[in-house]
Amino acid sequence: MTGELVDQIFVVAKHWLLSLLGGSPDWVIQIASSLLNIAAVLGAFLTLFALISVLERKILARIQNRYGPNRVGPFGLLQPVADGIKMLIKEDIVPLRADKVVHFLAPIMMVASTILALGVIPYGRNMTPFAIDGGILFFFAVGSATELAVFMAGWGSNNKFSMLGAMRAIAQMVSYELPLILTVLPVVMVVGSLSPDAIVAAQSGYRFGAVPHWFVVTPWGATAFLLFFVSGLVESNRTPFDMPEGESEIVAGHMTEYSGFKYATFFMAEYFGMFAVSGLAVTLFLGGWHAPMRWLEFVPSYVWFFAKLSVLLFVFIWIRGTLPRMRIDHVMGFAWKFMLPMAFACILAAAVWHYQAHGLAGWLWSLGVVVIVYFGLSRLADTKKKFAPRTYRFAE
Amino acid sequence: MSTAAFIVIATLTLAGALAAASLSKLIHAALCLVVAFVGIAAFFFLLGAEFVGLVQVFVYVGAVAVLIVFTILLTRRADENTGGFNWGGVVLAIAVFSALMWAILGTPTLSIAAPQIEALTVKRIGEVLMTDYVWPLQCVGLLLTAALIGGLILVMEDKR
Repeated sequence: MTGELVDQIFVVAKHWLLSLLGGSPDWVIQIASSLLNIAAVLGAFLTLFALISVLERKILARIQNRYGPNRVGPFGLLQPVADGIKMLIKEDIVPLRADKVVHFLAPIMMVASTILALGVIPYGRNMTPFAIDGGILFFFAVGSATELAVFMAGWGSNNKFSMLGAMRAIAQMVSYELPLILTVLPVVMVVGSLSPDAIVAAQSGYRFGAVPHWFVVTPWGATAFLLFFVSGLVESNRTPFDMPEGESEIVAGHMTEYSGFKYATFFMAEYFGMFAVSGLAVTLFLGGWHAPMRWLEFVPSYVWFFAKLSVLLFVFIWIRGTLPRMRIDHVMGFAWKFMLPMAFACILAAAVWHYQAHGLAGWLWSLGVVVIVYFGLSRLADTKKKFAPRTYRFAE
Repeated sequence: MSTAAFIVIATLTLAGALAAASLSKLIHAALCLVVAFVGIAAFFFLLGAEFVGLVQVFVYVGAVAVLIVFTILLTRRADENTGGFNWGGVVLAIAVFSALMWAILGTPTLSIAAPQIEALTVKRIGEVLMTDYVWPLQCVGLLLTAALIGGLILVMEDKR
C-alpha cells in the first residue's frame, strides 16, 4: 500500500490540490489541472536542464582529463545558478539591420515547440501530462515547427553565417525527420495505437520471468532504436551532427547574432529537444516507466523513467566527447542511402515478427531480414576506398 | 468554454490571414500565414477531429510553410517589397468567397440535424483508407513519388 502511494504520490498530490478548488465550475478545474501539469513539466525539466548543463561539462572534462567546473558550490553544482545570473544580466545585442520582430520571436518559438513535445510523454504510471489519442503524431507535429524557428533565427539576424547555418540545419532536420518517423512506425504497427500510454502498456510483463517485453530486445526493435537515436542526435543538432553551428566554419550558425538570454533560450531549446527525443526513445523502445526486472517493481515508475532518460542523456554527452564533427554531404548521404532503407527494413522485420506470433521463429526471421538488408546496403554504399575531395557546386 | 475558445481562435486565425494578405514584406506574410494554419488546426481540435488537426500542423506548418519561405528565400531579394496594393487580388478573393458562400448556403444538409456518427479515431481512418479508399490512396502515393523523382531530376547536375 505504501509502495503504491509512493508510486502515485504526484497524482495524489495533484488531486488533493484540485480538491481545494471544490465547488468551482468545471472549466476552472479543467484549467487549473492543465496549469498544474504544465508547472510540473516545466519545473522538472528546468531542474534537469540546470543539472545536465553542469554534468555535461563535468563528464566532458572527465573524458578530456581535466577537472571541469568545481569553484561554485560543492563539486561545482551551483554553476548553473551563476550561469543563469550571468545570462540574465548580459547585454542583449540586436543587429541594426536585423528583422527585429522575427529575430525576437525565433528563440521563443523554438523553445515553445520543444516544451509542447515534452507534454505527451508518459513519465510514470498515470503520469502523462497531455494524454491524447494521437500523442506520437502530436510529438512530431509540434517538433516540425522547430524548422521554421531555425529559419526565423537565420533570416531575422540578416547575417550570412546565420542564414547558411539555418539552411544547413533545415536541410539536415528535414532529411532526418524521415528515418526518425519511419523508425517509429514498426512500434505503432505492432502496438496498433498512436497513444504513448498504449505503447508503454504493450511493453509490460516479462518473458521467461526475466526478460522484459521491451521492443529493444527484438531484432527490429534494436535496429529501430539505434536508427531513432542517431536521427535524434541529428534532430537536436548535437555532435557529431552539429554542422549548423560548426564553430570553425560558420561562427555559431543561426545563433551567431544572438546574445545574452536569447542565446540561453536557444541553448535551453537544444537541451529540451534532447530530453524530448530521449524521452520518446524510452517510451517507444525501452519500456517507458516499466522496471527491467520483476523484483525491481517496488521502485516507483517515474524513477525508472528518469533513470533510463539519464542513461540516454549520458550517451549523448559521451558521443559529444568522443566523435569529431561530420561533413555535411556525408551526413546527408548517410540519411538517404543508409538510414532510410534500414528504416524500411525495420518495418518489414517488425511485420514478420508480428505474423510469427511474437515467437522465436519470428525473432530469427526478423533478425535475418535486418542482417541481410544491412550487409546489402553496406556492399552498395561501399566506396572501395576511393575517397575524393568534396566538389562544390555554388562556391567555386 | 468552447464559444470563448472559438472566438479567440477565430480572431487569431483571421488576423493571421489578414496580415498574410496585407503585409508588404513577403517573409512576414509567409510567417503570418503559419499563424492562420495553426488557427485552422486549432479549429479541428475544437471540433474533436484530432487526427486532421495534427496532420494540418504536420503538413502545413512543417512542410508547406518551410517550402514557402524557402521559395521566397531563393527567388527574391531580402529588401524587395511587393509594391502597391493589389486590387485584382481583392476582386478575386471576393469572387471566391461569394462562390463558397453561395455553395454553403445552398447546401440543404445544413438545415437538418447532423446524424450521430461514431468517434473518428486514427484507427478508424486507417481502416477506411486501407479498405474503401485504397485505390485513391495508392494513386496519391504514385503521384507524390512521381513529383519527388521529377523534383530530383530538375535539380540533378549534369556530371558530364
